[in-house]
Amino acid sequence: MQKTNPYKGLFLSLIILLGVVLVLSIRFGAVSISLNDMSSAIQKWMTSTNNLTLTERIFMEIRLPRAILCVFVGASLAVGGTLLQALFRNPIVEPGLVGTSCGAAFGAALYFALGATFHFNTGQWTLPIAACLGAIVATALVFVLSQSRHTGKSSIVSLLLTGIAINALFLSGVGFLSYIARDPQARSIVFWNLGTLSGANWPSVLIVGISTIMCITIALRYAKHLNALMIGEDEAQFIGVNLKKLKWIILLINVVMVAVATAFVGVISFVGLIVPHLLRILKGSDNRFLIINSAVLGGILLCIADLLSRILLQPAELPIGIITSVVGVPIFIILLQKKNYFF
Amino acid sequence: MIETKNLRYTIGNKLILDDVSVSFPSGKLHLIIGPNGAGKSTLVKLISNQIQASNGTIHYGTKALKSLTISELAKIRAVLSQNIELAFPLKVSEVVMMGRYPHFTSKPTEKDDVACNEAMAFFDVLEMANRNYMTLSGGEKQRVHFARVASQIWFPVANYCRYLILDEPLTFLDVHYQFHFMNKLLDLLKQKDMVVVGVVHDLNLAAKFADQIVLLHRGQVLASGAPNKVLTKEYIKKAYHLEPVFHKTENTTYLFFE
Repeated sequence: MQKTNPYKGLFLSLIILLGVVLVLSIRFGAVSISLNDMSSAIQKWMTSTNNLTLTERIFMEIRLPRAILCVFVGASLAVGGTLLQALFRNPIVEPGLVGTSCGAAFGAALYFALGATFHFNTGQWTLPIAACLGAIVATALVFVLSQSRHTGKSSIVSLLLTGIAINALFLSGVGFLSYIARDPQARSIVFWNLGTLSGANWPSVLIVGISTIMCITIALRYAKHLNALMIGEDEAQFIGVNLKKLKWIILLINVVMVAVATAFVGVISFVGLIVPHLLRILKGSDNRFLIINSAVLGGILLCIADLLSRILLQPAELPIGIITSVVGVPIFIILLQKKNYFF
Repeated sequence: MIETKNLRYTIGNKLILDDVSVSFPSGKLHLIIGPNGAGKSTLVKLISNQIQASNGTIHYGTKALKSLTISELAKIRAVLSQNIELAFPLKVSEVVMMGRYPHFTSKPTEKDDVACNEAMAFFDVLEMANRNYMTLSGGEKQRVHFARVASQIWFPVANYCRYLILDEPLTFLDVHYQFHFMNKLLDLLKQKDMVVVGVVHDLNLAAKFADQIVLLHRGQVLASGAPNKVLTKEYIKKAYHLEPVFHKTENTTYLFFE
């Protein structure tokens, strides 16, 4: 609200941190890549030279897309969390709450279980499409079922409760599918539900990147309206917010962003929950600030988690969802105990 | 001014308001009184566009309320309801700035800053501007919201009156701030394009400060007009089933119950 923007300092430090984390996460792993290899690979790419060494190819085709995908996925999840927390006026909401991630998990499980049974021809896009469709179906179900026949006044609460019910339903669907699936498929389902970025490639970076940037740009236009919502649904309408329209736009943005990200990397929990909290404690609750910075901080955290997942059990790879949960849960508990912060 | 004609509101089969026709001219303080369940809050919700009437019309000046969009309305009409709880921590100045949201698109202009600062000074909350809203007492929070709704309609709007609608605004306030706030309302009303309509419980506050009182009883207007026309033995007995005792001072007639 002041003339000099008090948020700029934090944003710049986060951007610098993101750069450092990106380089670190590219540098280390099963194969170390030196800064010289990186710069020579980039030079060769710019001059369109094709004689890359093995290390340079690992950099260009595996590490770099993976790190960038990490940033976009982290940004999507964190901004999704920010948006839903603002919309539900509740600080303990995750982006998957309206059915999105459980639906995606169900779609993926269906792919693993049925794909093995019917032996249909699967290209590289079948899994993301199945997961994305699952996410959309589950979320649409939540929306339709939560429409109350009355005035629709407490529709946000009913959305929240319907989301919990539908999540439970789809999770039991996932459970059922892993129960009837044969062992290797059941393992794939479990692994996918814990998230992994090992499938990262340039096309997936492109798709997730476009969805992330588009959704965040639209979300920023509604930051002011989300701020207004902080003083209550009725009060927000008194200061000019079209609540119904806002609700649909925010939910739509969230579903697209989270469904697309989840479709490529599986279910990654806690990023969307923790990031907005950390930022609120650091600087305040203005949603404009939260949206921009949670995108950056989400990218940073997921990059670090991915790096850890690759180096902790080298040469094996831990599912990234385990890292985010193990780190996220203690942080969340600590936040919960700061009584002053919660209402 | 606000004018309602034959306003009727039902929930299911239950009739909440029936045939309410009242007008609230500008430059005057209008207070709505009545026993619990008389329909005071419903009337306020109807005229502030929170709920839609089953029958009847509401006009803001010459314009039908229905014809105004949410954002048009937000520029000219501020509403203060009771018990506002914030979902996340915010600074007092940020809460007050929300009142200016209808007037700017993404960043507040200088005019918005001026409105906020003046409104905060007016309602005595300027020194808390940088405090966390969540750490304030109930009365302080209420004063912050006074500043917020005042900032929303701080400057006159061409071709429109400005409307301030208050649903029991005095909850949580001690006597000092009740009087402080009522006097502030009278100050605001020196601007002749201001229309203030509020619900209060305290009959003596209404007797002292109101220009016009509307007494509701069982969803209907039992009496309306100047305090001494409405706060009579007959009407009070009918609405509250209690016998009033009157105490006259120089300007006001106060009521007691034995």
